[in-house]
Order: sequence, then structure tokens, then C-alpha cells
Amino acid sequence: MHEMSLCEGVLRVIEEQAAAQDYHTVKAVWLEVGALAGVEVEALRFGFDVVMKESIAEGARLEVVDVPGQAWCMPCMKNVAIEQRFDPCPECGGHQLQVNGGEELRIKELEVI
Amino acid sequence: MCTDCGCGTNKVTIDGRHHHAHDPHIGDSRKVRIEIDILAKNNEYAASNRTFFAKRGILALNLVSSPGSGKTSLLTRTVDDLKSTISVAVIEGDQQTANDAERIRATGVSAVQINTGKGCHLDAHMVGHALEKRAPQTNSILFIENVGNLVCPAEFDLGEAHKVAILSVTEGEDKPIKYPDMFHAADVMLLNKIDLLPYLEFDVDQCIAYAKRVNPNIEIIQVSAAKGDGLKKWYAWIDAHRSIVAKRDKKEG
Repeated sequence: MHEMSLCEGVLRVIEEQAAAQDYHTVKAVWLEVGALAGVEVEALRFGFDVVMKESIAEGARLEVVDVPGQAWCMPCMKNVAIEQRFDPCPECGGHQLQVNGGEELRIKELEVI
Repeated sequence: MCTDCGCGTNKVTIDGRHHHAHDPHIGDSRKVRIEIDILAKNNEYAASNRTFFAKRGILALNLVSSPGSGKTSLLTRTVDDLKSTISVAVIEGDQQTANDAERIRATGVSAVQINTGKGCHLDAHMVGHALEKRAPQTNSILFIENVGNLVCPAEFDLGEAHKVAILSVTEGEDKPIKYPDMFHAADVMLLNKIDLLPYLEFDVDQCIAYAKRVNPNIEIIQVSAAKGDGLKKWYAWIDAHRSIVAKRDKKEG
């Protein structure tokens, strides 16, 4: 359940940015979540609502932007799509994959007042 | 004052309510781009821990496993065996109790206990505070025993040089593919309790194959903390990585 601490991280960023970006209320948060980021989106949603209570983002909408998993296949010499970390290359079936996408866990955008 | 129409809030009412919806002030909202990694804060603390270690030539290892893998027994044996030749220090992470730190201290090695309360993992900030409390000596080895959990600690960099995953043969051989993030993040896997293999149906080759599937570069050392099997290899691994840290330190210094 590290989703709770991730949500605390989100709140910290939101609060830190408030002065610089001149806002006092957050209505929505767009969060990029990679397929390989090790995050359970349902747990994230639950944690988000709880952590944002009594903050400048209380009741804010959480918009999850899914980022698909991607890896560089050494034998194929190209990027391939993967769903999980231990998936084989969908083209050659090998496991010599270097993950290079889908590990994101990033606040992309906010809707603020 | 309302920025939509300039009316004073709550002054004009229709059927007892304000004449238009004030909340949410949809017209006032705007979007701001942020593009900040959620783990950025943790990563900043981790980077500062890493600098701390590099300046002092400290090899920091982050030990991760599920509860019951024999992690503390392995660590106790390791510090006991190494303490006469090199300075070692330990940071213990558990939700509650100082039992593990006490087990380490019984060997005469200094240990700081972090209790995470409800937290399921150590983060770099907690480790930074533990370093303030008792800084390991220059050119020492710092073992950070993370909270027993194969999920969350994978996401939190503590500033360590390597994550060391410990898996015991009393667990399932498919743990590396059940918890791929952790075995992907680790540089070495210690397969513990191998003295029990004759009594178990545990397929070592299959387990190693699973670990390699998730992380082709992972090194695997088979050990028994109780009987001492394989520990020489583990200590040789530590020694090799210690000299890398020491060399890097000389270059930078």
C-alpha cells in the first residue's frame, strides 16, 4: 500500500507549486501512471481521496493517464510493447529486454483556481 | 466579489440562494502544467544520501525481502563475520519494535532502528535522519534492512549502491515473477536457507530462471545463514563492490 505515500507525494507537490503558479484550490489532477510503475490505480484513487481531505485539493478529481509499457529488445534492435515486466518480446519471444517506457509516475497537469 | 459578474457574494438572492452558482467557479479555473515526478522528493533525498556515502567511501546496501526470509539472521551473521576486518553499520527498518536492532547490537555492531509505524517501506528521508543520528564511519559498509515487503520498497530509492533481494527456499520459487519489480530493481539475489533443500520441493534452477527472466543481469548467490554455506561468495561479492566504491571515491577525491 505505498499508494498512500505516493498520494502524500502528490499533495506535497501541489502545495509547493501553489505559490509559484498562483492558485489556492485544485479541482483536478492529471497523473501519468506507467503500466510498469508498480501502482495499483484503484488503491491510488482510494488513497488520493483520503490524503487530499482538508487540503487545497479536497474533493479534486483524479484523472489517470495510462502510459503503456515499452522495452528495447536487444536481439530485435527495436522498441516493443510489453504489459508486464517479465513479458517476453512479442516478436522474438526472448527476454533480453530493457524497459524504457511505462515506469512513469508523474503529475502532468492541474486544473486550478 | 464574484469575478464572473462583479456581484458581492451572498448579497443578491433568488429564492433564498445566490443568483448563480458560485462554487465551482468554472469560468475561473485554469490548467497549469506541472510535469513533476511524484517520487522526485524521495529521489532528491536519495541523491543527497548517495553523495554522503560517496564522500565517505561507504558502500550502502539496501536489503529487501518478504517477512520471514531470514534477512535479519543473515545480516546478523554477516556483520558478525565481517566486523573484525571492516567497519560495519546497520539501519533497521520495521513497522514496530526495536527487536532487530537489538539483535544486531548484540554482535557489538552499531544499529539505528527506524520504526515506520503504518509505513510499508523505508524512504530516503527516514534514512537521511538515521544517518544524522549516527553516521557510519568512513570506508565502512552500511546495511539498510528494509521493511519486510516485496512490493513497496522497490519504488523507493534510499541512495544505496545496490538493492540486495533475499529469497528463501521455504517460499515459492516463482516469487521473482510474482514480485517482478523488486527482483528487477535488485542487483543481487541471495537464495537463503539452502540447507533445507533436502526437505522441500523447491526447484532452484527454475527459481534462478525466473529471476533472470525479470532481470537478466541479476547475480544469484545460494547461501545458508544458519549453516554458513555460500557465505564466502556473498562476502566476496561485498568486497568486490566495496573496492569499486573506494576506487570511485579516490578518483572523485
